[in-house]
Amino acid sequence: MEFSLNPTQMMIQQMARKFALNEVKPTAADTDETAVFPWENVKKMQRYGLMGMNMPVEVGGAGTDDISYVIAVEELSKVCATTGVILSAHNSLFCDPLLKFGTPEQQEHYLRPAASGKKLGAFALTEPNAGTDAASQVTRAVKVEKGYRLNGTKIFITNAGEADYYVIFAMTDASKGTRGISAFILEKGWEGFTFGRVEEKMGIHGSSTRELVFRDVFVPQENLLGQEGEGFKIAMVTLDGGRIGIAAQAVGIAQGALDETIAYIKQREQFKRPISQFQAVQFMIADMQTQTSAARLLTYQAADAKTRGLPYSDLAAMAKLFASETAGFVTNKAVQLHGGYGYTREYPVERMMRDAKITEIYEGTSEVQRMVISSHAIG
Amino acid sequence: MNNENNNVWVFAEQTGGEIFPVVFEILTEARAIAAKLGTGLSAVMLGYQVEDLAEPLRAYGAQTIYVCDAPEFKDYTTAAYTQQLAALVGQHAPAVLFIGATHNGRDLGPRLASRLNTGLTADCTGLDVDLEKGDLLMTRPAFGGNLMATIVCPSHRPQMATVRPGVFKSLPVESPSKAQIVKVPPEIHPGDLQTEILRIVKEKSQEEEITRAKILVAGGRGLGSAAGFDLLQELADCLGGTVAASRATVDAGWISNARQVGQTGKTVQPELYIACGISGAIQHLIGMNKSRTIVAINKDSSAPIFKIAHYGIVGDLYQIIPAMIEQLSSKP
Amino acid sequence: MKIIVCVKQVPDTKEIRIDPEKGTMIRKGVPSIINPDDRHALEYALSLKDQDSNTEVVVLSMGPKQAKNALIECLCMGADQAILLSDSAFSGADTWATANTLAAAVRKLMPFDLILCGQQAIDGDTAQVGPQLAERLAIPQVTYTRAIQLEDHAIVVERQMEDGYEVVKAALPALITATRKLNTPRYMNIRDIVKIHQMDDPVQIWDLNYLKLDPDQTGLKGSPTRVKRSFSPTPSSEVTFLTGSTEEMVSSLLDALKNLNLIGK
Repeated sequence: MEFSLNPTQMMIQQMARKFALNEVKPTAADTDETAVFPWENVKKMQRYGLMGMNMPVEVGGAGTDDISYVIAVEELSKVCATTGVILSAHNSLFCDPLLKFGTPEQQEHYLRPAASGKKLGAFALTEPNAGTDAASQVTRAVKVEKGYRLNGTKIFITNAGEADYYVIFAMTDASKGTRGISAFILEKGWEGFTFGRVEEKMGIHGSSTRELVFRDVFVPQENLLGQEGEGFKIAMVTLDGGRIGIAAQAVGIAQGALDETIAYIKQREQFKRPISQFQAVQFMIADMQTQTSAARLLTYQAADAKTRGLPYSDLAAMAKLFASETAGFVTNKAVQLHGGYGYTREYPVERMMRDAKITEIYEGTSEVQRMVISSHAIG
Repeated sequence: MNNENNNVWVFAEQTGGEIFPVVFEILTEARAIAAKLGTGLSAVMLGYQVEDLAEPLRAYGAQTIYVCDAPEFKDYTTAAYTQQLAALVGQHAPAVLFIGATHNGRDLGPRLASRLNTGLTADCTGLDVDLEKGDLLMTRPAFGGNLMATIVCPSHRPQMATVRPGVFKSLPVESPSKAQIVKVPPEIHPGDLQTEILRIVKEKSQEEEITRAKILVAGGRGLGSAAGFDLLQELADCLGGTVAASRATVDAGWISNARQVGQTGKTVQPELYIACGISGAIQHLIGMNKSRTIVAINKDSSAPIFKIAHYGIVGDLYQIIPAMIEQLSSKP
Repeated sequence: MKIIVCVKQVPDTKEIRIDPEKGTMIRKGVPSIINPDDRHALEYALSLKDQDSNTEVVVLSMGPKQAKNALIECLCMGADQAILLSDSAFSGADTWATANTLAAAVRKLMPFDLILCGQQAIDGDTAQVGPQLAERLAIPQVTYTRAIQLEDHAIVVERQMEDGYEVVKAALPALITATRKLNTPRYMNIRDIVKIHQMDDPVQIWDLNYLKLDPDQTGLKGSPTRVKRSFSPTPSSEVTFLTGSTEEMVSSLLDALKNLNLIGK
């Protein structure tokens, strides 16, 4: 068992940290304020090999392990959770299912451009009436000559509108419940495929969260991902991986808030001394630090298991559950320790607190994680 | 002073018929060095149609002035200047050679020192003589000004240093002696020039970058109005510094936000930070508390800025800053 | 085209603390970085490689073994080859001895078209090694470079001056020292990080024997200059309130600042 980063991981951490500090941090407050998708930075992330980094070199990726990828999401999320989730959604929710379930042709046509940073990907499962209960999907894919015809809507889709390619889930046989769901690859711009409402969110303002609308969209047969009826499995496997990315985002948010807070309490003086000298403050920092470190270790463990090809479904769920609740706890305390200043937009901790909340919700709520964990534990 | 060997030499850099101010600053300091070493002081000037410029060099204490006047020296080029100076040094064997740490001086100095196989100390801010050994003591900042180092060049001659402009005062000699002007023929050939100057363009310096300034004069709400920054600019000009600002003044529209120091502005770490009328709110301190030396000027002796300042003056900045400008610009 | 870029690993001077008692630097915990100006030199070389893949970029450094990390970083930014000059005989070198050692290595890399250095290093701030290296190799130099245009067998350079700039043409091979105005350096690329770390020895180490250098012409022994003493200019951490009339307060403040070498005497 090795508890320190290897030289490659350390170098990637150094690169990602520097990139985040120089490129992402200066624009984070503005991205939050304007709620504009940070394309300029995403393009730079494509250029430097972050987008698709954990995909093998053979399909156009940089060929890193999953711990390196987790490190990159963490470093970005320390300064801007929006940027962190753009990377996570692209790598975990789009590239990963294509790598696992795509045909060689699909990989050449869709994965290579995505893994080499030329195209952006997204994943769409959630519907207005099918969140945790994915089986009640109403998006339908009807078999037609040479393919399928899609009708329906998806909501709360990360990278929607901005992404070039989408992995979409739809019912091909409603009588079979979850076994009647199939996965498809769609391209932006196809006839009948449009983008609807832009959500106004509490946090991660720069992340595009939109509705997808399908009106008689023709999907060629070769764009069926996996087998017909295999969609639910693909979705669940993909979300297992996605949870590692969200756990990393949550660890980043927590660490970012902690870093800001430690700098602040050393500066802030009350009663003629820095507030860092008060034990009540010190103890809060100790709890924040401990939980963040624990969350990181769980996240690394899940990422390591994934790279090694070991089962990681429960590890990913535990990492995501613990990290997201830690992000909530730590950012809340961070605002508290900043006092009145922490509640203002002059300091980034209020943004971090708003951003943290989503990590307890998307890619499976904390309650879903508990279901996954307990079913593994109890059997 | 006919025995010219072992003299202290000052390179008299000029451009377009004007001698750089640093030359007079060095001459002033070099007079003391030459006296301590018991040798004469010489200046050496390269240029074209610059013979009139010998007189001011005399006024600042040069006893021998070597003038090499030729079209090849009209504008500075590394190769021509290095070759000519190397030849002169070879003939006269000075003990010390000072060059102003201007852009050209810092281009010339190392090239020349390397050709002469001697040492060079860059960008000195302090000069003295080890009276026991007769070595020149050259003091300069290192590690971003965190450390001062005194350098010697014990067994190679000449002892060479480039000297930072603006550090030493320039004072003419009260009754200058007659100087010997030595006209030197050029010793270069056109084929020796490795570079060609295609054109020289003058331009106004752009907006100064506060994160790179060595000295910052920063203003806060205590200035009372935008006009206060004119006074700070005057002080900054005296010190070779740059004006910075607190958030309150930027929000008030008194100055551009490119100058703002602090949480929502820039983080700075100059060698000297002079905070004028800045109370020291935490979001300001976080942007400048790593400055090496902090001076605070404020009416309120309990202002938090004094907690991190090294020197404090409690009083009205509109009296103190004009007094600083006055004392800095008057000759002692 | 073959370009040699000289880089130096330096302590991040922003993180340096001084032991006020001893007047020495506390190096512990201070990160080592590639000298900032050198990144701009490397960026220019890499930008030429972007335009013409036949361009070969060699990074060259002198320093202790751990300076390898800086060179690995250069490789991860896209350099083709990295050479570290490392030998206990090289330590304690001043700029003359450093240039002499680098020159010996450059001679082994001949022929080359261009040498790029940073304008100056943030630890010493001397700006001397570039010109001294050019002199040892007897090639033209252009310092304070803020823009470069490549022509046939020549470069045209904008050289920053105090009151503007001059446009200088130099025949190749030549040595250029780069300022921050020249460009914006790139980051390491994740693809290259993975690729370089799969190599056994991405950085070549050249020592005294390999360079066939006279030990009296390198390191401390070969250095004409010596550090006689170093001291901390940092004033005490307690605030000193100046007293007296306005004139007296100002005069004692200015005296204190003069003694700290912060302002002119």
